[in-house]
Amino acid sequence: MADPSMVKIELKGVTKIFGPTPAKVLPMVEAGASKEAVLEETGHTVGLRDVSLEIPQGQTFVVMGLSGSGKSTLIRHLNRLIDPTAGQVLVDGEDVMALDGRALTAFRRARMSMVFQRFGLFPHRTVLENVSFGLDLQVSGRAGREASRAKAREWISTVGLDGYEAAYPHALSGGMQQRVGLARALAMDADILLMDEAFSALDPLIRRDMQDQLIDLQSRLRKTIVFITHDLDEALRLGDRIAILKDGEIVQVGTGEEILTAPATDYVAEFVEDVNRGRVLTAGRIKLDCAVVTSSEAPAEALKRAGNGELQVTYVVDAKGKLLGAVTGSRIRRAIAEKTDTMESLVEPCQTATADMVLEKVLPLTLQGDFPVAVVDEQGRVQGMLSREAIIAALAETAGVVKPVQQ
Amino acid sequence: MSFGGIVSLVLIAAGAFGAALIVTKTHAPALGARRLGYAAAAALAVTLLLIVSDLAGFSLLVPGAEGEEPLLPLAALVDRAVDWLVTEYGDALRANVSNPIVYAIGFFERFLYQSIAWPAMAIAFALFAYHASRRWTLALFVAGAFVVIWALQLWKPTMQTLSLISVSILVTALVGLPLGIAMGLSDRFRTLMMPVLDFMQTMPSFVYLIPVVMLFGLGTFSGVLATAVYAAPPLVRLTDLGLRLVDKEVMEAATAFGASRSQKLWRVQLPLALPNVMAGVNQSIMMALAMVVIASMIGVRGLGQEVFYGLQRQEPGTGFTAGFCIVLLAIVLDRITQAYGRRMQAHYAGAH
Repeated sequence: MADPSMVKIELKGVTKIFGPTPAKVLPMVEAGASKEAVLEETGHTVGLRDVSLEIPQGQTFVVMGLSGSGKSTLIRHLNRLIDPTAGQVLVDGEDVMALDGRALTAFRRARMSMVFQRFGLFPHRTVLENVSFGLDLQVSGRAGREASRAKAREWISTVGLDGYEAAYPHALSGGMQQRVGLARALAMDADILLMDEAFSALDPLIRRDMQDQLIDLQSRLRKTIVFITHDLDEALRLGDRIAILKDGEIVQVGTGEEILTAPATDYVAEFVEDVNRGRVLTAGRIKLDCAVVTSSEAPAEALKRAGNGELQVTYVVDAKGKLLGAVTGSRIRRAIAEKTDTMESLVEPCQTATADMVLEKVLPLTLQGDFPVAVVDEQGRVQGMLSREAIIAALAETAGVVKPVQQ
Repeated sequence: MSFGGIVSLVLIAAGAFGAALIVTKTHAPALGARRLGYAAAAALAVTLLLIVSDLAGFSLLVPGAEGEEPLLPLAALVDRAVDWLVTEYGDALRANVSNPIVYAIGFFERFLYQSIAWPAMAIAFALFAYHASRRWTLALFVAGAFVVIWALQLWKPTMQTLSLISVSILVTALVGLPLGIAMGLSDRFRTLMMPVLDFMQTMPSFVYLIPVVMLFGLGTFSGVLATAVYAAPPLVRLTDLGLRLVDKEVMEAATAFGASRSQKLWRVQLPLALPNVMAGVNQSIMMALAMVVIASMIGVRGLGQEVFYGLQRQEPGTGFTAGFCIVLLAIVLDRITQAYGRRMQAHYAGAH
């Protein structure tokens, strides 16, 4: 994030200590005493230790960690449900810690909304009243309430709960309750959405549905989402960037692929060991170099440039570099013997994939046709290739061993 | 020295030894094994002090004689404080506080047993019961209870008791609800109030009558006041508890969506605490009913008075029938308030 205008939320050296006299314990924590030592000696718990993060605008930023890692504490610092012991929280460059009571309330109403792990719905309010809760707080009179109810209805419809407006939360299933939670947060129209283990309490199928819905909504809304989870698959699925938290400290920040292919510590490596790599690794990252010739070239020329092997696969492109198809080394040899003029007539169709496709999607393509899958850019220009063997090797590799192949 | 005196000495010495061990363990851990020596010295010192004082003819082991001025003159202090209150404020309190309220209670009483015909009252309560529970069996039971009370010819004292309880609970609610809310919102205030509530609840209810009667004289107002004080603790406690039991995440959600303190209280905490508040009202009513007989001793009219007559005149029948009516009234009020409490929970059953 070289461009500072892209940074939506920034944490600077945030430390949180829980206990009766955190300020007295702070020097000890800053001196680097371990969590266990601090607890043993002072009875205080270190929630977060010197956390600095830059959360970019318009992306889904996932904070991942196991229970006790401080991830829920971290997200509660962003809207100051928890105040830090030391450090700064900046939103759009504005110091959230400087806000007094009234300004803080206004800030929470306008700038960010939140979705909770156990939904945090108001049991005494209907679905409609729940969704309009945040809006109702800001209006007075009947007309104001009508307006906020109308807006709430739209969001209820967006999350697919039409017809449930008058139901009470206890009458809904977990998935539906969390849709209410999501609608309630979205209705606030804030550009930051905080999601604290929002889908963790749901069963796997519903969770996947909700993830899909979030991905779909996000592609339209482009909000800055801070998503907390303990589920690595969920983190990789949703996160544009992922921060890994352990014992209140940030261990690594990066894209899912970066974390998977270059784990910063043994802890991260162990963490990513069991991940379904096919869902995360992209064609672009593990693609192999390949031979490319133009269709107007003579076969002999092409053979010289592409290499001599019988099984050698050569991709053929047109004058603009657009992929036409592929050809094997033995076919080129036969063409030379048959005195064919150009490569054009030899071309056979082959499967293509884009660089951002995940291996899970590319693998089936390699089963169709005789050639490895060509990795192409948006204009159809060849970037590299992916053979069945290369994909399987990449999927089977243990974390940290897969290195990007030099072009 | 007698055998008992020796046993006492040994126990006191052991107490001094143990106390010295405990104190040195927490406050002077550096002493190590030498703690035992210090503790033994402390035990010896205490024993010597007792023996010497005994030989000197001033034993610390015997209780003070009756009729002697106690070392801690609490009784005299309380007497003086109440005397002062009565002389300084007695007349003003009677004129401005108790008289208007006594008048209002009298009016309410007469309204209940003179203006309204007893079947109308029975039907009104049956409707109440049905509205609260949506069960006609309860409505029928309530109506039946009132018929029995009428048939026992105890309608008038029952209505007097009902009016006393209603006014007492009103006073309790007016004072108790704000106190309970303040306790639910402030940890510091809660710490302050807990011993006060414990005191109010544990102090024998008889004791309240003495200063109240001195201030306000015999009669209904003193009864109301004593009953209200005695009945308040459960309502205060359950209001506090109800506010504190509201799910933490629900409160966080209210905060995160920008609710101010008063919005959180009125829109989230209080509505969710209502079932508990209602349980508090129920408990307070039961406490107030328990006070009815005691209040009759300071001249409060009603069923309690009938029980009291029964005791004075050795008429077990009179006492029993009046007591039976108190039980019926208790059951009716208990079932109706409980049913209202359940109705309030019905919206969000299973949400906690």
